[in-house]
Amino acid sequence: MTNLNSALPPLTEQITLLRWLRKNLFGSWYDALLTVLGLWIAYWAVKGFLTWAFTAAKWDVIILNLRLIMIGQYPLEQTGRLWLWLAFLVLLSGSSTGIWARESKYAAVVFLLPGLLALLPFSTEPRVWLVALTAIGLAGWVIGRAKPEILKRGVIAGWVISLPVIILLTHGFSESGTGFWAVAKTTLWGGLLLTFLLTVVAILFSFPLGVLLALGRRSELPIVRWFSVAYIELVRGVPLITILFMAQLMLPLFLPEGLTIDRVLRAMVGITLFSAAYLAENVRGGLQAIPRGQFEAAHALGLNSAQTMVFIILPQALRLIIPILAGQFIAVFKDTALVAIVGLFDLVGIGKTVLAQPDFIGLQREVYAFISLIYWVLSYGMSHLSQRLEERLGVGKR
Amino acid sequence: MQPDQGQTTAVPFWRDERVLKILGQVIFALMILLFFAEIIQNMQAGLAKQGITTNLEFLKGVSGFDISETVFPYDRNSTYWQAYQIGLLNTLVVSVVGIVFATLLGVILGVARLSTNYIINRLAAFYLEFIRNLSLLVFLIFWYLGVFLKLPRVKEAIIWPGNIFLSNRGVGIPWGIPTASYPTFRLILIFGFILALIVYFSLRAYSQRTGRAPLTILWTLLSFIFIGLIGWVILPEKPLILDVPRVEGLRLIGGKVLSPEFMALTSGLVLYTSAFIGEVVRAGIQSVSKGQVEASRALGLNSFQTLQLVVFPQALRVIVPPLTSQYLNLIKNSSLAIAVAYPDVFYVANTIQNQTGRAVEMIGMVMLTYLVFSLITSLLMNWYNQRTKLVER
Repeated sequence: MTNLNSALPPLTEQITLLRWLRKNLFGSWYDALLTVLGLWIAYWAVKGFLTWAFTAAKWDVIILNLRLIMIGQYPLEQTGRLWLWLAFLVLLSGSSTGIWARESKYAAVVFLLPGLLALLPFSTEPRVWLVALTAIGLAGWVIGRAKPEILKRGVIAGWVISLPVIILLTHGFSESGTGFWAVAKTTLWGGLLLTFLLTVVAILFSFPLGVLLALGRRSELPIVRWFSVAYIELVRGVPLITILFMAQLMLPLFLPEGLTIDRVLRAMVGITLFSAAYLAENVRGGLQAIPRGQFEAAHALGLNSAQTMVFIILPQALRLIIPILAGQFIAVFKDTALVAIVGLFDLVGIGKTVLAQPDFIGLQREVYAFISLIYWVLSYGMSHLSQRLEERLGVGKR
Repeated sequence: MQPDQGQTTAVPFWRDERVLKILGQVIFALMILLFFAEIIQNMQAGLAKQGITTNLEFLKGVSGFDISETVFPYDRNSTYWQAYQIGLLNTLVVSVVGIVFATLLGVILGVARLSTNYIINRLAAFYLEFIRNLSLLVFLIFWYLGVFLKLPRVKEAIIWPGNIFLSNRGVGIPWGIPTASYPTFRLILIFGFILALIVYFSLRAYSQRTGRAPLTILWTLLSFIFIGLIGWVILPEKPLILDVPRVEGLRLIGGKVLSPEFMALTSGLVLYTSAFIGEVVRAGIQSVSKGQVEASRALGLNSFQTLQLVVFPQALRVIVPPLTSQYLNLIKNSSLAIAVAYPDVFYVANTIQNQTGRAVEMIGMVMLTYLVFSLITSLLMNWYNQRTKLVER
């Protein structure tokens, strides 16, 4: 029996290089013109970029300031604490990959990344830690694959306590002023570390707030609904920077006398409140996509409104909007850059500090290109991860 | 048999859903009120301690600071209120210029992304993916510090064809200078515009009545240009003199000199937003089913007519709502002007706030301003959406 799939396509459909070129590049005279124009633009851009990156650019500024860009002025003595929680996170992700992505055998490749980074010109200590991270990640992966049932609860519990652990380790708890566990003031937090903390805190806190606002907006109770609508529309109508300024300048005024809050915390509050309004609209979209029958069926089964929401509606609605949520989280990550305008030393703010050093005047291109690269890689990674998650959960298929 | 007595017993009020709903709302409202009362009380106490009263009288005071870009005459003796208006107009200029160019570039990108030409397709895809994962603030700062301020000095300015001067003091482009006869010419142009509208609507009515397809857009444009040309020729004095930028000493004069701040902000916003608009346009065009294109080709429409009469009207329904939010994003993102020192409304408000210490009033005014901008844009786009959306039975 002949396999139908192996039959050759008709002669006119057979792909030869020449035919491919004709079809895709030189179909007509304007197609050819566009091709030439496109090639010229591509050549010009790539050549310009490569010439600059390899001949004109002085990348020393990045290498010498890498520490500043990564963690800002965070005290050297206590840097080990950051590595500790990073190792904890890598361990959790390693075992999570082992447990929940068993079928993808090559997922562990990701954990070679820190080890590869160790090849870059770092000093000895970070190199050792980076190699250790790779080892920890791979170990977590192996254990996760071997004993998924036993580890599952532990890993989930680990994720739940991860934020407090991160904050506690970053902040420290010994008041003595020196030593490994000494408190590191938030004014010293900076660089990628601060950007990461702002992003994580804003995402984790704005999510429940956003869900509540979305439920409030769909509520039958008019006062709750009006309040939600007013909040959402008010916040979505103004730029984030005004909210951040409000958080920095007006929040201290709102609080009773004697109570002050930290500048970093103020920024976190601002971004969280801002992001919650956008999340609420996304969640509302998901809620609207759930057919009435689901509510009716849940009520018929005897669930009350709260149970219907928590067990029936929200799980479906949230799964539907995973791609949109991922987009929103990426937007939060990119938006945290705005805290530089209110004077915090996140990635962008620390860029200014780096450029203010007399040795590195006039190297704006190098510094901001590198910072852009960090944003780009992390955003791209997040969107890639969300696509994988979507596939695994079968969004739009089930 | 006795009727079941249980059904008539009243439900206690703490389990009566109607009572609970009202009670819950009252409690919620009270909490919100208490919250705001506390906040406002704290704020007034704090302000009173600093000796500040909340009102807008200070706006009449003399500002004492300069603004680099002004739409109407302004100096340091003008009032705060005038400074604020300058900022407002600058925001408006950036928003309008940004929206126009971002839309143009976005449509081109969206169409290019769907091109059958491999090179064009890949280039557009690369651009979209590249831009969408950048942080706008870093992009703007790079554009300002890394590109526009790194241009050569005025003496060594790069000159592009068409007398465009690129220097670190700004970009000079040729610009028309109005002469005495310009007001008359403007009247003629308005007349030409009205005539063009009449031509457009009557040709469209003709097309709908007879089913023929006259070259509506071509005739409309031609009638406008024709009137404009007549005006240009018959006026005794040329209404506009083309002024070309030139280097004089250390400055660029003549023509229109666009500051590096303005260029960085608008070009950054345009390049960034156009990537998002490109995605919106692509999704819109893809939402039109292939059968529509095939059917219109089968009816004998050429590819341009297919796009204009069949694909775009249907794609617009999908495009307009997300496009609106992109426009709103652009307007709100223009507040990042503060990072490149362009005096938009937020920048000016921040300066005023620094000088007067009136944080509450200034933040309130800025928020109100952006809310009004957002509201107007939403209303306009909703009105347009109403016109383009599907008319269902």
